[in-house]
Amino acid sequence: MTARASSEKKIILVGNPNVGKSVVFNTLTGSYTTVSNYPGTSVEVSRGSCSLEGTRYQVLDTPGMYSLLSITEEERVARRILLEEAPHVVLHVIDARNLERMLPMTLQLIEAGLPVVLLVNIMDEAERIGLQIDINLLSEKLGIPVVGGAVGRKRGVAELRQVLCDYQPQRSTFAYATDLEKDVSRITELMAGDYILTQKALALLLLQRDEEIVERLRDRESENFSRVEEVANTIVFERRVDLHLRISLERKRICKGLLAGVQKYDGGQKPVLGERISALTMNPITGIPLVLIVLYFGLYKFVGGFGAGTLVDFLEGALFEERLTPWAIALAENTIPWYWLKELLVGEYGLFTLGVRYAVAIVLPIVGAFFIAFAAIEDSGYFPRLAMLVDRVFKKIGLNGRAVIPMVLGFGCDTMATVVTRTLETKRERIIATLLLSLAIPCSAQLGVIFGLLSTVQGALLVWILSMVLVFLLVGFLAAQVMPGERPMFYMELPPMRLPQISNVLVKTLTRMQWYFLEIFPLFMIASVLLWAGKLTGALEWLVRVMEPVMGALGLPKDVAAAFILGFFRRDFGAAGLYDLQKDGVLDPVQLTVAAVTLTLFVPCVAQFLIMKKERGWKVSLYIFFMVTGLAFAVGWLLNKFLLATGFLA
Amino acid sequence: MRVSDAAEEILEVLWIATEERGENAVLFENLGIRKGDEGLAELLGLAYVEVHGERVHLRKEGRDEARMTVRRHRLSERLMMDVLDIKGDSGNERACELEHLLRHGVDTKICTLLNHPTTCPHGNPIPPGTCCEEARATGDVGVVALTELKPGEGGEIAYLSATDVRKMQKLMSMGVLPGSDLLLIRVYPSYIFKVGNSEFAVDEDLAREIFIRKGN
Repeated sequence: MTARASSEKKIILVGNPNVGKSVVFNTLTGSYTTVSNYPGTSVEVSRGSCSLEGTRYQVLDTPGMYSLLSITEEERVARRILLEEAPHVVLHVIDARNLERMLPMTLQLIEAGLPVVLLVNIMDEAERIGLQIDINLLSEKLGIPVVGGAVGRKRGVAELRQVLCDYQPQRSTFAYATDLEKDVSRITELMAGDYILTQKALALLLLQRDEEIVERLRDRESENFSRVEEVANTIVFERRVDLHLRISLERKRICKGLLAGVQKYDGGQKPVLGERISALTMNPITGIPLVLIVLYFGLYKFVGGFGAGTLVDFLEGALFEERLTPWAIALAENTIPWYWLKELLVGEYGLFTLGVRYAVAIVLPIVGAFFIAFAAIEDSGYFPRLAMLVDRVFKKIGLNGRAVIPMVLGFGCDTMATVVTRTLETKRERIIATLLLSLAIPCSAQLGVIFGLLSTVQGALLVWILSMVLVFLLVGFLAAQVMPGERPMFYMELPPMRLPQISNVLVKTLTRMQWYFLEIFPLFMIASVLLWAGKLTGALEWLVRVMEPVMGALGLPKDVAAAFILGFFRRDFGAAGLYDLQKDGVLDPVQLTVAAVTLTLFVPCVAQFLIMKKERGWKVSLYIFFMVTGLAFAVGWLLNKFLLATGFLA
Repeated sequence: MRVSDAAEEILEVLWIATEERGENAVLFENLGIRKGDEGLAELLGLAYVEVHGERVHLRKEGRDEARMTVRRHRLSERLMMDVLDIKGDSGNERACELEHLLRHGVDTKICTLLNHPTTCPHGNPIPPGTCCEEARATGDVGVVALTELKPGEGGEIAYLSATDVRKMQKLMSMGVLPGSDLLLIRVYPSYIFKVGNSEFAVDEDLAREIFIRKGN
């Protein structure tokens, strides 16, 4: 037995987006995830474990998929799990309101020979709209265990656990029309390799030109593959008119038969409020003001005011500055004889005084507040509506409405948002999104300080916002012109709007915070060490001196150079540096605005750059790095000239 | 007799300016011609137009010909973009060449094939021909692209245009399948429709791939 097979048995969750997979996962494992996960924007697989009657199982939550035939990166990730792990059970979670639409995937999973258990979730909502589902009959017809429930309301959970525990593999088959079956067997007859999925499923995927499957077959069938491919090509050509459609329609036909007698509809009351709000969000006339309201309350008031104001004041002021920092410095003074070590720990850029303090007292509350707001909006089902609203504008900048999710997430943490650009479909979209994130989307840590900084000067915040919007659109537009590629397409399912559920919001916030700390916290430490080394060796001073003439060109005092250098190590360090300068009265309103705009546009922080390198490679990330630097200073220079010429803010 | 290609181009511009923009004449400059232009001379000979100074007026006698010319142009755009899937500038250019060939009933055949479309891909109206009037009189609804429906209208999904396999697969895996009933909810800024109990948003490019048999 291989190591993998002898380890814990696996339960894999699969299903469309918005069917409550993550809730099922959390219910089964009883805890939030151990590996990064962004529900709804999920690109990674969450793993957790659960215990059923004394046996431990590993539970895997996969990104949403619509079909075994994978098109998006999320779907590929999800399917790879099915292709590679040998599960005890594949738990297919579907929405009771949309059986007809979701059962075809159940068929595909069964056809692939996977050990499927079906969970018909969200039964409560289905009943509310008057849908009656005969779960036992469905189970009988499908030939697999089926559980009905509303896991969000803890309904059906005990039964689900029982079924998972008692599961015995059973085979069930469905037949397509004879001609299609014949064509499939023309391929399966030739196949000799050993696979986790059935040959029939693979043959169908091969006929639908699934690249990953083609590669896998090429690999496993070795010499035999050319014959398989030849037959497959012949069939694809013979059926060139309607192959995909035919397969889908056959599945639909089978599902219709399965659902006969299973599903009854008896009117029921209509949900009104959610639909009305939904309509308001999608109408540009009411939808755009709504976006602004959401931004104002979610971002400005909650993140800027509460997170960056109240919470930071408490943690940074009351906790660190008054208690922890003096205590740590005193402790170091008394116990550490070496200057360099004292500097490393509690100096100006020390691990504790700078690294830990910034991470815990400034970034944690701001990012935490942002993640709460983001999770609440996400759980309400608002993002897909926002996506459809901005799709036309985003098309102009080479993206599609989908990209609104990484973009909004960028206001929390650009580094995390850069990871999430993986959910975009084409390489072109991913590069443009990465560029815009690193240029014109300020992260929450930076926003907090910038709002505080600019709100002291009348009109400065307005100039800053306009500059960001303009640069975002203009650079996006130009990037879309320069980078060749096909027009992105936009499609999205709009889940019903609902009140965010507190448990969901908390779980989502906590998972993101956890990811943030695991991935970003070490980078804070590295940044502190780099700054410390820079200070000791004089490299920092040298860099600042190099930057000073550039500052002159922007009409800024040379002291600002230090803020820019710091800005690279943490975006908010830079902004906070400006804050100090403004307090000392070194900057006039124009200089303050120009500095804030340039700094926001300026190169992303170290963490974002490293993630960019990981996601996009050296070439692209260096290219973006230099482009962003150039653009930031060019815009700063122009803005300075413009403000001086017009006398605005003077 | 057949009007020349050059004359047709002039008629088209005149029709759009006078019928759709409410102007009463078009300058030589905007027609891209000079005095003594052959196409113009031809139209003057047919008494389809009048010239006052630098301004060309469309006469009542020329209206029918102009209307059908515009119709042929926009039908050929539809054919290029919807059926032959040649889009963008290339589609526009090919359409300009093709329009001159749509005569002797070819326009009627194409109009019927396209199910009597009412607008061109740029959203301008296609003047109806006799075939359209007849179809309307007999209450023949036929199959139209989703982009032709108004919010609140719906019907059965007839087929998905198979130009881009990936797009089709995506639509199908979301459950947008022939035979399902679809209800259009919004058309701007994106197309929002309902299939079963789920709502979807798609852009115009995708909406154009979904064909609906209009319900009553």
